[in-house]
Amino acid sequence: MPERTEDIEMRLLLEGLYQRYHYDFRHYAQASLRRRLKQAREQMGFRSFSALQDSLLHDPGMLGPMLSYLTVQVSEMFRDPSYFRAVREQVVPHLRTYPSLKVWIAGCSSGEELYSFVILFREEGLEQRTLFYATDINQDALRKAEAGIYDLDRIQLFTENHRKSGGKSSLSDYYSAAYGKASFDKSLRKQVVFSDHSLVTDAVFAEMHMISCRNVLIYFDHVLQDRALGLFKDSLARKGFLGLGSKESMRFSGHAAWFTDCVREEKIYQKRAE
Amino acid sequence: MRPSTEAIVIGASAGAFDALSVILPSLPPDFGLPVFIVVHVPPDKPSILAELFQAKCRVKVRQAEDKEPIDGGTAYFAPPDYHLLVETDRSLSLSNDEPVLWSRPSIDVLFESAADAYGPGLTAIVLTGANQDGAKGLKAVAEAGGTAIVQNPKGAYASAMPEAAIAECPSAHVLSLNEIADYLQDAEKA
Repeated sequence: MPERTEDIEMRLLLEGLYQRYHYDFRHYAQASLRRRLKQAREQMGFRSFSALQDSLLHDPGMLGPMLSYLTVQVSEMFRDPSYFRAVREQVVPHLRTYPSLKVWIAGCSSGEELYSFVILFREEGLEQRTLFYATDINQDALRKAEAGIYDLDRIQLFTENHRKSGGKSSLSDYYSAAYGKASFDKSLRKQVVFSDHSLVTDAVFAEMHMISCRNVLIYFDHVLQDRALGLFKDSLARKGFLGLGSKESMRFSGHAAWFTDCVREEKIYQKRAE
Repeated sequence: MRPSTEAIVIGASAGAFDALSVILPSLPPDFGLPVFIVVHVPPDKPSILAELFQAKCRVKVRQAEDKEPIDGGTAYFAPPDYHLLVETDRSLSLSNDEPVLWSRPSIDVLFESAADAYGPGLTAIVLTGANQDGAKGLKAVAEAGGTAIVQNPKGAYASAMPEAAIAECPSAHVLSLNEIADYLQDAEKA
């Protein structure tokens, strides 16, 4: 079958985005990326990917909206409560033995996972000795994460998740509600560094005791997955922990030998001592 | 002449289990095509559909995994709370993108990606259900040259989904469950 025009246009658009702005989506999993690109094309009102590309190359103001189409994930606080229960019950006892801790929430999007970790660490008495790094490639998402404001109608789900995760406090202790929004307390951000970082093009930046990166790798192809896992391996202290999404695994990666299963069913791995 | 079929996609919602119980167990042990299935299931608990159907079927039945290569003679169910997509390199991928029509997994997402991957080589089937999911996806399959099939709404446990699919894709063949089962057994030879 000859290559379809739309496939050619899509490849050129991604190449243009990379060459012009250094955002590299060329090794993202294609099927879901195509859906997102089509959504961007339709909602921004372009007839073709080529027309969208023309506008994107000449108008830097288009970059932000474009990245939002390509990257923003709607997550939940304490999504997959059993994951957070496993962190609390099986990872925290190890972390307690360190005088200071670094935790990296990679691909933090609008911050739901970050706040879940900070609250869990506060409940376990570890927050004050921990520095949290929250990174994403999308500046808009990072600003939302830093603001910590979510629609009030999502709070019921967050509260339920928090309870199921073994939460030791009430989620309502951490936010104030007004005008249909829940605004999370700024004290939760005291130990957090927000930063623009790409798993695709950037390097290691600190030695972590735990990295949580869930439902990011499924958007990558094999090449990128392997790069990201290598980055996590190099960023972890010996015996550091790595949490992935429930449908992600290290099975096909060249870095698997560096890790052991910590909580297999929750995709929590531990880096080997050596 | 009908173009030869390379893969089957099926979408079902309310009443899915009984409908699939007519279709999947009738596939012969030497059935060579992959079958990808989205059933609307609750997001917050594990699905046992693959185990249940494996016990009834002569083809292999599994829950799809991210980035796995596609095997013929295997029925893949989308896992709860993830979209299932087919890549053009003929592997599977999962995504955590927003629900479509309040559904994750979404039938439209599976059908549209499979239409991109297989074009005229795809046969898509919309079964019983109480919403509109699958209608747009079925249209995309037909537009890519694939074969569109809808369960006859008269015999369906819930008729809304087949009716919506027929409205969006009037060229679809409207068949009973037994006719769909017969059709699939011959699909490979077509």
